[in-house]
Amino acid sequence: MTTSSHRVWKYGDKVNTDVIFPGKYTYTISRDPAALARHALEDLDPTFAANVGTGDVIVAGRNWGNGSSREQAVTCLLAAGVHAVIASSFARIYYRNAINSGLLVIECPQIVAAVKTGDRIEIDLAETRIIAAGRSYDFAPLPDQVLDILEAGGIIPWLRTKALRHGE
Amino acid sequence: MIAVGGVKGAGPASALTLTEKLLARSSGRTSVKPGDIVIVEPDIVLSHDNTAAIWEVFQQLPHGNVKHPDRLAITLDHAVPPPTAKHAQNHARIRQFAQGQGIRNFYEIGRGICHQVLCEEGVVGPGLTLLGADSHSPHCGWLGAFGAGIGRSEVAALWATGELWLRVPETMRITLTGKLAGGVTTKDLTIYLIGKLSSDGATYMAVEFAGDGISGLSPDARAVLTNMMAEMGAKNACMAPDSVTWDWLKASLERARPQEAGERLDYFRESALYPDVEANYALEHQIALGGIEPMVSCPHTVDNAQPLSAVEKTRVDLGFIGTCTNGRLEDIASAAEILRGKRLRRRLLVIPASSMILRDATAAGYITDLLDAGATIGTPGCGPCMGNHMGVLAPGEVCISSANRNFRGRMGQREAEIYLANPAVVAASCVAGYLVHPAEVTDGESA
Ligand code: SF4
Repeated sequence: MTTSSHRVWKYGDKVNTDVIFPGKYTYTISRDPAALARHALEDLDPTFAANVGTGDVIVAGRNWGNGSSREQAVTCLLAAGVHAVIASSFARIYYRNAINSGLLVIECPQIVAAVKTGDRIEIDLAETRIIAAGRSYDFAPLPDQVLDILEAGGIIPWLRTKALRHGE
Repeated sequence: MIAVGGVKGAGPASALTLTEKLLARSSGRTSVKPGDIVIVEPDIVLSHDNTAAIWEVFQQLPHGNVKHPDRLAITLDHAVPPPTAKHAQNHARIRQFAQGQGIRNFYEIGRGICHQVLCEEGVVGPGLTLLGADSHSPHCGWLGAFGAGIGRSEVAALWATGELWLRVPETMRITLTGKLAGGVTTKDLTIYLIGKLSSDGATYMAVEFAGDGISGLSPDARAVLTNMMAEMGAKNACMAPDSVTWDWLKASLERARPQEAGERLDYFRESALYPDVEANYALEHQIALGGIEPMVSCPHTVDNAQPLSAVEKTRVDLGFIGTCTNGRLEDIASAAEILRGKRLRRRLLVIPASSMILRDATAAGYITDLLDAGATIGTPGCGPCMGNHMGVLAPGEVCISSANRNFRGRMGQREAEIYLANPAVVAASCVAGYLVHPAEVTDGESA
């Protein structure tokens, strides 16, 4: 059983890292999960941090995460309990950061118009599809190397396991 | 004035773009093609005030020490001088790390912004590959280098192993022809371009600048091109080195590292790479520089671009000239030119991108001009660019800035508005109190 069910938070195109996690906190908040979660999406949706639940997903339009390379724009969502971000497309550094921090990111442009905040969707990773309101939307499988890192929980746990295995 | 040439791609597979050559070199291959996953060994790994946070991540790894300490480059620039004890403690931890690991390329507070300093110091140069924990890492591409931004965890992994996987990007070539009109800069060109192609116009792509239009551009103006391509989603942006590049490098190296200048220059000459004439570009654009007019990015995205003429008379409360995009000597000179003998009606904060620039601007008398007009001068570094300190905005304020981003909340306050423009427009607007073409301010004076 690889399918999981999630509540949706829906956002538009070109959401940038400054509104996901404001720059003014980047050198004073780096890993404290409670502090990260408290400021998640602060300048995009002030209702998000107080109401997000564990396992919720974000569905957004084009170019999610453009702007800064700050990893907190990914880890604040993980700290807030977000399971995945599904978008029409991602900014490249955000996409890498997500994989490297263990946040599931799925490019699936077709589903974006079909869902709204509060809807429930199901993600079927094995079959690489998302089910919303009884309809199924396919997405491209992630490359093996990327899946490995994601499944390890990010690049650091992945590298640690690898290094320890090789006795480096 | 922008012509889309469409897809070319008819050249032989052995013909490579500049980015392909750079990635082939750093991955130890003779050739690469778009879509290849390559393991690169970057020459330089950049980090700044985020170094302490990366060190924390690094300590989760069993590696103990940085594999190639000579490849790291660290600048303290994002919150300098430290505005709070917490920021000061962050810097203290970074110094401890740099000392403990024997990091030679370490630059203290006040030296300047990472992207500018690494070019001035000849840490990065033609043919080299830089990966940086900063999204404007494509900046160094104006020297003919590969620069791309990565996240903190990837940097920690790089410190440990010295290598990282990258996908070889498709290349978009932007050919520039002719000359910019007076009062128009490469900042206007990039705002125009990003407005046309959008903030994801080059996502996952390399951008290569080419054409005879480049030869007439100064080093300061060139760096704006590669720096701003981060705002179009590019992985990296670059151009082939020419005599302007080499002259600048020689002069900078002789100032920054006189003992090693000759040797370093020889090294760059050996490593320099140039695109093949028949290289395959996924997309081609042509821009006649003469057709560009002064441009403004309106709140709250860079691609919300308008000609200055369309938003003239918009009220501004303050201006900011600085950042890795437009805090260089030429930028400060253009502001001083406008402000000489005038009084500012609005606050203007000027922060040179490096100590070398501050020194030159002082020697040239520009700083005096700015101070006499009523401007505030800040310590070289990022200043309020990302909302940390030293000039952050109040609710409801409208700022005209020479920076690269105007996202909501970017300068520390979500209820503020940021417009982006070239430094002359920033200076002129602070004289007028509203967005204005510099010519109107200067004409008014002589009339
Ligand atoms: S000046 Fe601004 S954009 Fe440039 S490195 Fe500093 S914070 Fe980033």
